Amino acid sequence: MSSTDKKPSSPMLDHDKVADQASVYVAQFERQETPLQRFQKFLHHYPIAAPLIVLVLAIISFSVIVGDRFLHPFNLSLVLQQVTIIGVIGVAQTLIILTAGIDLSVGAIMVLTSVVMGRMAVNYGIDPSLSILIGIGVGALAGFINGLLITRLKIPPFIATLGSWNVFFALNLWYSKSETIRSQDISSVAPLLQWTGQTIDFFGARLTYGSLLMLGIFFLIWYALNWTAWGRHVYATGDDPEAAKLAGIRTDRILMSVYVLAGVVCAIGAWVLIGRIGSVSPQAGTMTNLDSITAVVIGGCSLFGGRGSIYGTLIGALVVGVFRNGLALAGVDVLWQEFTVGILIISAVAIDQWIRRGKA
Amino acid sequence: MTAHYDQTPVLQTKNLVKRYGSVTAIDHADFELYPGEILAVIGDNGAGKSSLIKALSGALIPDEGEIFLDGKPVHFSSPMEARALGIETVYQNLAVSPALNIADNLYLGRELRKPGILGSVFRMLDKKEMEKRAKAKMSELGLMTIQNISQAVESLSGGQRQGVAVARSALFGSKVVIMDEPTAALGVKESRRVLNLIKEVRDRGLPIILISHNMPHVFEVADRIHIHRLGKRAAIVTPQSHSMSDAVAIMTGAMDVNSPTQAA
Repeated sequence: MSSTDKKPSSPMLDHDKVADQASVYVAQFERQETPLQRFQKFLHHYPIAAPLIVLVLAIISFSVIVGDRFLHPFNLSLVLQQVTIIGVIGVAQTLIILTAGIDLSVGAIMVLTSVVMGRMAVNYGIDPSLSILIGIGVGALAGFINGLLITRLKIPPFIATLGSWNVFFALNLWYSKSETIRSQDISSVAPLLQWTGQTIDFFGARLTYGSLLMLGIFFLIWYALNWTAWGRHVYATGDDPEAAKLAGIRTDRILMSVYVLAGVVCAIGAWVLIGRIGSVSPQAGTMTNLDSITAVVIGGCSLFGGRGSIYGTLIGALVVGVFRNGLALAGVDVLWQEFTVGILIISAVAIDQWIRRGKA
Repeated sequence: MTAHYDQTPVLQTKNLVKRYGSVTAIDHADFELYPGEILAVIGDNGAGKSSLIKALSGALIPDEGEIFLDGKPVHFSSPMEARALGIETVYQNLAVSPALNIADNLYLGRELRKPGILGSVFRMLDKKEMEKRAKAKMSELGLMTIQNISQAVESLSGGQRQGVAVARSALFGSKVVIMDEPTAALGVKESRRVLNLIKEVRDRGLPIILISHNMPHVFEVADRIHIHRLGKRAAIVTPQSHSMSDAVAIMTGAMDVNSPTQAA
């Protein structure tokens, strides 16, 4: 066994030897950076900067256009309440977009579960806390169905949730008989359902329990995404599913857990929705789908998965809330609000692409 | 380097068979990997070497024959089981997650949790410990030209990414590291680094199975070369006993070797 100890004629080629001593730098270019390029680099380093800048600019613009009414504490707390729903649903959407999916059914799940909660408590006289739990269970089931369609039947998330959106929304209309449950009926039987709309004084600002609940959800999901193995696996699954599988991650299970969790979060969003509008309406929250996707995308999440942060979504939700509120105060027709949110999505993705090109 | 051919093979197969319908991918193949060696596996396309490697890494379940790890018969029904027994595989397509950082990638799928209630109840990751160990492993393998362990893998070059994959296998592989075309996607200089890295891992006591089409690379680092042809081992040669053209000739069937010779 001595022959392996030395290699008399190394087959190492000459060019390989040369390569060993070669410069590490393949090519270098002297380049003067324009301010724009430096800005691009800055945004690439701090992904949270872009949505923050947009938020600040939006607040300044609306303060100038609309005036004092916009900055009035009452209005700001209104913005916050509007943002609460987008924020909660945005959390669900973030989880799914991180896995390179998309969920068009989040709004429908929210409305369906709000109807379930309302009817359980008001029509069937079930204990309100149990009604909420049943609603959350229905949300989890809805997410589970989405997950099955995507992981078992291998239907692309866009198509799967486009279908389930319609199915869930139709179920919602059927189950609610297209009737609204009045606010006073809820407050007499199940005030707990409206608890999320109650306000508390927080150093002069009026916060709803719903907004606190939203912040709690943001914190929990932030923790799960950043400090648990599950969170790493969610990112890895969205980033490169093949590499994740080779590393031993059961990506189908991760996807399943993400869709179920998103369903649960949507159901909590339903509770917040009931508190916000007081009643239970099968027609409420129709804009939530587009708004949640906008919030996530403005927040810097990549639609291709694996990149983004949960706090970006919070800022993104604030941007959407500020735009909707500011435009409404400025007396702009609702249709132009939709127009603006649409432009916001496209701009956010365009800026994102531009920032990524500044990597080199 | 110290290869021990008188010891029990670390990984061994006897009469391994795998059929796909009428095609026999592995045809009563024998295979031995000894402690402390780099064993290259070469063979023409379709010779069945990737089927053999898949059987060894648990990605394929053979129809007949036996696999021995340290002399004991083992049966893998998934890559996870092979991995749990200390057989790590580095894939040619740079199986790392670009958006995650180096430490996250090293521990992907095998994260460490904090001790105590933080880890058991709150499932909290022990990021510090993972970064510490990742750093230690990377510098042990001479890879700490990568300055920052928390930088995203996408900012690394192809060779550095392969370095991360190799470091991962060295971190967790307690018995065998299988490398499937580790230099196929790399440039000349990057290939050199990875080859040095392979030797480094071997010198630290982990035997390596190297699958490669690159003859100069094989002849440079391998202690022995297993030549696969028509689903089984055609010969075992060493870089000293045979030339590259001999190896290619055996591989393609142009030259006949009467009996597989042990390295000696």
